[in-house]
Amino acid sequence: MKNLLILGAGTAGTMMAHHLRKRLPRGEWRITAVDRSEDHYYQPGFLFLPFGMIDESAIVKKTRDLLPRDVDFVAAPVERIDPAARQVHLAGREPIAYDLLIVATGSHIAPEETEGMTGPGWRRDVFDFYTFEGARALRDRLAAWQGGKLVVHVTEMPIKCPVAPLEFSFLADTFFQNRGLRDRVEITYVTPLSGAFTKPKASKALGHLLADKGIALEADFAIERVDADRRVIVSYDEREIPYDLLVTTPLNMGSEAIAASGMGDDLNFIPTHRHTLQSRDYPDIFVIGDATNVPASKAGSVAHFEAETLTDNILLHIAGRPLKEEFDGHSNCFIESGGGKALLIDFSYDIEPHEGGFPFGWGPLRLLRESRLNHWGKLAFRWVYWHLLLKARPLPGISRNKRVPKDLRPAA
Amino acid sequence: MQKTIAGATIDVNEEGFLTDPSQWNEAVAAALAAEESVGPLTEAHWKVLHHLRAKHAAGEEVTIRQLGKSGVVTTKDLYALFPNGPLKKAARIAGVPKPVGCI
Repeated sequence: MKNLLILGAGTAGTMMAHHLRKRLPRGEWRITAVDRSEDHYYQPGFLFLPFGMIDESAIVKKTRDLLPRDVDFVAAPVERIDPAARQVHLAGREPIAYDLLIVATGSHIAPEETEGMTGPGWRRDVFDFYTFEGARALRDRLAAWQGGKLVVHVTEMPIKCPVAPLEFSFLADTFFQNRGLRDRVEITYVTPLSGAFTKPKASKALGHLLADKGIALEADFAIERVDADRRVIVSYDEREIPYDLLVTTPLNMGSEAIAASGMGDDLNFIPTHRHTLQSRDYPDIFVIGDATNVPASKAGSVAHFEAETLTDNILLHIAGRPLKEEFDGHSNCFIESGGGKALLIDFSYDIEPHEGGFPFGWGPLRLLRESRLNHWGKLAFRWVYWHLLLKARPLPGISRNKRVPKDLRPAA
Repeated sequence: MQKTIAGATIDVNEEGFLTDPSQWNEAVAAALAAEESVGPLTEAHWKVLHHLRAKHAAGEEVTIRQLGKSGVVTTKDLYALFPNGPLKKAARIAGVPKPVGCI
């Protein structure tokens, strides 16, 4: 019996367990998934939780219950991968040997990497919404907050769900309007990039949104420290932005186990072939989701598209055949724009967010344009996530490779 | 679109970034630096520019934090060398794409 080991049973790891349990012969391959947590969070829900738009109970299920029954689940933190010995060391348990390894250990926030961020202000007037605890604490703070300067901040790219901080700003605008507090709240969006939108197509279609909502923009802001006593964030070029409530997206990093294994870059992301998802250094290790260093968004939709390519490549690798260089960076996501509306974007490594219908190119959802239907699509997506996406069931009309828009196709 | 600069013809996008890094040379860099009000280019500038080109060639993305930890330049010095949006300016002068988000 051979062992396929999956590290991480989040979005990517759970999808791979379902894909491969359907495709690998049960008599030949045992599949084991390891995760430090027995709870699986629907992370898109963390955007809605601070505004009381979703219940806590709707965004958490048991990790074990989401995996196929005939996949073994081990709840333990991974300490270290030993690629030479083909085994993985776990905290407080015997090491597990593998024949093939899939690393899906994700990314997490590292607020301690920014001076002053986790100081006395942490979860008092400095919050994140990328963890369940952070989103819940922020909900309680927002419910009692009477207004002032709200600063929504991104520390550094890459971050998980890269549009979420912008969506947070839009939803905050609506939230304070509904509470009759909007004229007492100044909202500022702070980004290390050159603008809220950095691609010309998106900038042209969406650039008006911030101004329309009265949200100020501070771009090219590389944070040096949080001064929790004076309640300002300070950049390396000595700009200061005062806040009463700072909602920050701290630096994102890969798992400490990757650092302990000497397998990551300086953010603990694993060098990974951008089209095959094989580790650059170890042929029997594959990497998926936020754990890779590929220049795609760190998002569940990306993991979904990657999972289709990776499943084929695992089977090709077992058969000793060349891998498909297929994954194209395809990503799509709903963007909440406030006021009960949302946008939908769809792009890849090489193709910018495009306009048109979705799915199939003519479907009812509109790309790069605000609509109420897109918002309902985003809300309905929670059901899709639990019941279709994680279980690796097909999503009609949404394929692994980005559909090349008509005006970018070579002339016939 | 095409642009003639320092005696060379280069292809640039609508924001003035080279679309083909192989069209870059040091004379082009010096002329782009002048457009950005950076320079004259010193050894410290060149170290940053060559680092950005090497990272781009390796398919790796560069951030201000990574640059600051790379040993090539401190973050404070980076701002002194390329004032106001240093990574974007340095990328344009180095002939590599602008750092972008997903939209």
